[in-house]
Amino acid sequence: MAEAEESPGDPGTASPRPLFAGLSDISISQDIPIEGEITIPVRSRIREFDSSTLNESVQNTIMRDLKAVGKKFMHVLYPRKSNTLLRDWDLWGPLILCVTLALMLQRGSADSEKDGGPQFAEVFVIVWFGAVTITLNSKLLGGNISFFQSLCVLGYCILPLTVAMLICRLVLLAKPGPVNFMVRLFVVIVMFAWSIVASTAFLADSQPPNRKALAVYPVFLFYFVISWMILTFTP
Amino acid sequence: MAAVDDLQFEEFGDAATSLAANPDATTISIEDPHETPKHQPGSLRGSGREEDDELLGNDDSDKTELLAGQKKSSPFWTFEYYQTFFDVDTYQVFDRIKGSLLPIPGKNFVRLYIRSNPDLYGPFWICATLVFAIAISGNLSNFLIHLGEKTYHYVPEFRKVSIAATIIYAYAWLVPLALWGFLMWRNSKVMNIVSYSFLEIVCVYGYSLFIYIPTAILWIIPQKAVRWILVMIALSISGSVLAMTFWPAVREDNRRIALATIVTVVLLHMLLSVGCLAYFFDAPEMDHLSTTTATPNQTVAAAKSS
Repeated sequence: MAEAEESPGDPGTASPRPLFAGLSDISISQDIPIEGEITIPVRSRIREFDSSTLNESVQNTIMRDLKAVGKKFMHVLYPRKSNTLLRDWDLWGPLILCVTLALMLQRGSADSEKDGGPQFAEVFVIVWFGAVTITLNSKLLGGNISFFQSLCVLGYCILPLTVAMLICRLVLLAKPGPVNFMVRLFVVIVMFAWSIVASTAFLADSQPPNRKALAVYPVFLFYFVISWMILTFTP
Repeated sequence: MAAVDDLQFEEFGDAATSLAANPDATTISIEDPHETPKHQPGSLRGSGREEDDELLGNDDSDKTELLAGQKKSSPFWTFEYYQTFFDVDTYQVFDRIKGSLLPIPGKNFVRLYIRSNPDLYGPFWICATLVFAIAISGNLSNFLIHLGEKTYHYVPEFRKVSIAATIIYAYAWLVPLALWGFLMWRNSKVMNIVSYSFLEIVCVYGYSLFIYIPTAILWIIPQKAVRWILVMIALSISGSVLAMTFWPAVREDNRRIALATIVTVVLLHMLLSVGCLAYFFDAPEMDHLSTTTATPNQTVAAAKSS
């Protein structure tokens, strides 16, 4: 009741709010119209949002995620100072790359000597625990990057090394010999340098300036170990 | 509006005094909140516009002065507690590595370089690098030694990486633990002037292992004499760093116990390096030449007997 007396007598407060403009004309003693006017616009907005992602076809959902992953691959292959990898991080890309790399690196089950190349689980563990360790290290040194952003960048920057693995496997189909080894060595070195450049382009800015080298060195060690595993792969 | 100005001026005063009392205090100002803790201590002390790392260093010394020996103030389940162990800059890590490579007699590594700021960055990453250096160098050296043989099939020997990791991390953490326990026990019996915390001992051990990284890479050379000379050089450098660090801590004690401690420390160090050399690196060419000359003799003897 008090509100009904005040609102028509105070048009100044009603005018900047178009939502309530209609209320001053309606008798406010009935609650139902107010609730109806306030909540209906919001509810219809929620309904639009729901129908846009829940009711879309599965192909749309998958293609949207695949396109996001592909866009990030492009950012890794042509590293520029951009925030895309950091802003919309996702771990699908690193998972795909890690599984591909581990599948190609594992020694066959027939070769059951006690010493050989790494198994699938060993490569998987090295990649993920290595990335987690580097992330923890950079956070402990005082970097202001979030945990999953750092994992995302490190995982995506394995892409050049995965490409190197593919090339090495193709080269290994040819005749073995020193030329074969030289080609593989060259490819692995180039891709290793590419990975380091790509990851430092994204990660270096998040560190305090007097600790950049301390944060970048473990990344170097990580990609060096992966490159070594790729180079010493013998089928 | 005058009240708003008064409020702002008072907040600046409050921020300054509260920051002087406790650098961790959160202060409100109209500036960017990230810049506030950096700018105000510098302006408080009246020193000019210094570089960021100088300000960070001053913050650090502020903290250590105010907290007077009680450095870790956060409880151990918070992230900030562990951040205090990584409170080093690039130049500090390089200085500590240089100190471990060039032991100066009479200068204590802990007092000179660590100075109540032990870090875990150096020990952890030096051990990690050493693990991979030993495994990769061992693999490369074996490959080069067996290069000409027909029956040799190259294997990456990946299993040895985990063995190397276990050995080196166990050495870098368990031996300091045992040494620290021993020094604490002796401290309760004999009042020593110098006593080290557990983290400082871990730090010394971690940085003293740095010399083994280039040594492991040079062990690829398949000459026995070269390898043993490298062992001697590395052992003398890192052994002297360790001996000079721990001698002041046991000097007050019974003469025999002090000598036995130092000898044990150096002996364990030697055991580590010789053990790694023996396990990861195959014996070089000379032994293989002797086996290849032995087999023709055996075939000749077999031909003669038949």
